[in-house]
Amino acid sequence: MGRYVIRRLLQMIPVFVGATLLIFLMVNVMGDPVAGLCGDKECDPATAAQLRREFGLDKPVWQQYLTYMGNVFTGDFGTAFNGQKVTELMSTAFPVTIRLTVVAVLFEIVVGIALGVVTGLRRGRPVDTAVLVLTLVVISVPTFVTGLLLQLLLGVQWSWIRPSVSAEAPFGELIVPGLVLASVSLAYVTRLTRTSIAENRRADYVRTAIAKGLPRRRVVTRHLLRNSLIPVVTFIGTDVGALMGGAIVTERIFNIHGVGFQLYQGILRQNTQTVVGFVTVLVLVFLVANLLVDLLYAVLDPRIRYA
Amino acid sequence: MRGARHATWIAGAAAVALAATACGGGGGSDGGDGSGVLSSSWGDPQNPLEPANTNEVQGGKVLDMVFRGLKRYDAKTGEAKDMLAEKIETSDSQNFTVTVEDGWTFSNGEKVTARSFVDAWNYGASLKNNQKNAYFFAYIDGYDEVHPESGKQSADTMSGLKVTGERTFTIRLDQKFSTFPDTLGYAAFAPLPRAFFDDHDAWLKKPVGNGPYTVESYTKGSQMSLRKWDDYPGDDKAENGGVDLKVYTDNNTAYTDLMAGNLDLVDDVPASQLKNAKSDLGDRYINTPAGIIQTLAFPFYDDDWNKDGGEKVRKGLSMAIDRDQITDTIFQKTRTPATDWTSPVLGDDGGYEKGLCGDACEYDPEQAKKLIEEGGGLPGGQVKISYNADTGSHREWVDAVCNSINNALDNDKACVGSPVGTFADYRNRITQSKMSGPFRAGWQMDYPLIQNFLQPLYYTNASSNDGKWSDKEFDGLVDKANAETDTGKAVQYFQQAEEVLRDEMAAIPLWYQNGSAGYSDRLSDVALNQFSVPVYNEIKVG
Repeated sequence: MGRYVIRRLLQMIPVFVGATLLIFLMVNVMGDPVAGLCGDKECDPATAAQLRREFGLDKPVWQQYLTYMGNVFTGDFGTAFNGQKVTELMSTAFPVTIRLTVVAVLFEIVVGIALGVVTGLRRGRPVDTAVLVLTLVVISVPTFVTGLLLQLLLGVQWSWIRPSVSAEAPFGELIVPGLVLASVSLAYVTRLTRTSIAENRRADYVRTAIAKGLPRRRVVTRHLLRNSLIPVVTFIGTDVGALMGGAIVTERIFNIHGVGFQLYQGILRQNTQTVVGFVTVLVLVFLVANLLVDLLYAVLDPRIRYA
Repeated sequence: MRGARHATWIAGAAAVALAATACGGGGGSDGGDGSGVLSSSWGDPQNPLEPANTNEVQGGKVLDMVFRGLKRYDAKTGEAKDMLAEKIETSDSQNFTVTVEDGWTFSNGEKVTARSFVDAWNYGASLKNNQKNAYFFAYIDGYDEVHPESGKQSADTMSGLKVTGERTFTIRLDQKFSTFPDTLGYAAFAPLPRAFFDDHDAWLKKPVGNGPYTVESYTKGSQMSLRKWDDYPGDDKAENGGVDLKVYTDNNTAYTDLMAGNLDLVDDVPASQLKNAKSDLGDRYINTPAGIIQTLAFPFYDDDWNKDGGEKVRKGLSMAIDRDQITDTIFQKTRTPATDWTSPVLGDDGGYEKGLCGDACEYDPEQAKKLIEEGGGLPGGQVKISYNADTGSHREWVDAVCNSINNALDNDKACVGSPVGTFADYRNRITQSKMSGPFRAGWQMDYPLIQNFLQPLYYTNASSNDGKWSDKEFDGLVDKANAETDTGKAVQYFQQAEEVLRDEMAAIPLWYQNGSAGYSDRLSDVALNQFSVPVYNEIKVG
């Protein structure tokens, strides 16, 4: 187990370096960010040169990357163009997005798996068909449509919620945005669980468990569900990273000042420091989430052993 | 440090709660006594909030509330009126003596003196401070030493500025510039307290100025709470208790919040909502001219666009654009077809002349076709109009302009739009002279003077002359206008210069842009100034 984890951690290093390098190059390809700082006017050449020097933009790209990575390892993610430290931006943005992701993942787990179990056990019944059609609708409608629609109905027409989330973004205000963010994944989780449950229901070990005279509840939760959850856990695990980075649309609709907002603004302003910094952290989140998923397999299925 | 941060968060939260209860009250207790606080949409300022470093509207909003300069532009007429200036005297349009009015202080109690101005301007001009508006000080003698085009600066202060008394200082310019005092209403010329220099970081966290509002709390990237400064010595005291500026990433959300009653003022109605704004808001929707003109500039560094007869092609293109139809359908009349190269906010005395462009700005497809043929046809057989696709709904109107040109010329391929992904990249291509065809050029005035619409944009090698157009006659007329001490005559020379612009069609004027805003029924006396910034201090709550 320990050796497996160490091996996985070591594998992360090249992935990490490669991913950051790619992002760094991509942001650099877009050209000189200083040009966008002066509105529809040209920055006066002296100030522009001075700014480039200060942000290290006058050096060759490989040198910029090395300096940047060197700084990252000492915890310095650089400074954004508006004079704020990127670490400061992160410390305000990540808690918000993490809260949003937690809400979304909870929706996926609770609602998604519950619906999946119900439909999987009642395959072919009206309830199953209804949920299937519903998931199909959710999957085929883009997030921004669901988001804007819910915002308009709940926020403006019926005044149940505030249409936008306040700067502090407490859990209570994040329920609807979290649901919107989770909606598509939730539908997938339902479908994955349903298929998996339906398949395993006819497995030998389930029949044995029933034959042993175990109560139905115990058969479903301990035997059937536990074995059926492996594909679902994989999906949710990788989804954590996707949700955090992919919250841009939802965050814009509900005016949540999280990672998506900072990334969007960073890209618009070609702020290398912000974009690379945030993406670097997202890459780390993704890698760690994947590792945790793999370790969870062993918990769910005792036959899986890591050496 | 962390503890302090939390404290501001809690203060912010308390302010939000207060604002929320005020909303719920529906104008009960806070009605009419000038203590009501309004909330207003905001965008994260692009640069640190220093007066000489803020060149966009979002930061400008704050500066307009927190600072007062020597002059201030009247929100209705655009006239530069004395604010902190008791008098500004000159006998030769080059040497000015400024007397600061007595009795002004910063909100921290420090007196506003001549030195507050001179230090602030020297700071703004100095290369080492990276101030993006440094060029505003370029007319002052000694600017070259503190802000050389290349290399290190050889001085820290401009020799053209001298403090001569507690409340007097002199300005020496490097050229005659008769309307210079009228430029002093711009935020970059604001005075700064010692605290700005002594503890710069602390100042940036919570700016201190001499305007009708003080900053109560500032959470970067999400909210700024401004409160009325009760001891403000000026006569334009705030009519409300304060303003909460809330950052919105998407102006659609801000508009939705306004509809739901969570926000009082949206000063940037999204293009997609313009159609509904009138019916949603009725007379709480305002649409007033702002000092912004949109044009199509040409790359005069490209030989294809700088040959004889080119002016006919450019004029032909201009006549092939149906401005009326585009401003009606795409912009819902929030823009007005342009008939000169300035802006209606200048007023007739200020140099705006309706119809100066003449036939060249009228839609006339037949004449357009003829002119383009006479001028040798479109360079390369096709024009590509470049624009940045990330902001400002530029794609819609560029496509419409191209459509109009294609229809006029009976040629489906005469014109296509050429989008550039981000604004920064777009600016890059412009500054590196990489444009191969006409490109979108917008100009938001710095101060309401005709000079500001012409000199920076079309004077040889001027700072925003993106097309690198150059014309000796035009330059000569601008020089003559600047040297003229009589304002009326100066304006006439500027208009003559504008006629040169028209004859050469150096840039195609498209439309004047309006500022638009919507507000809740709690507010009254809402207006936008020429910079499309709400005049916050006049807004009444309740």
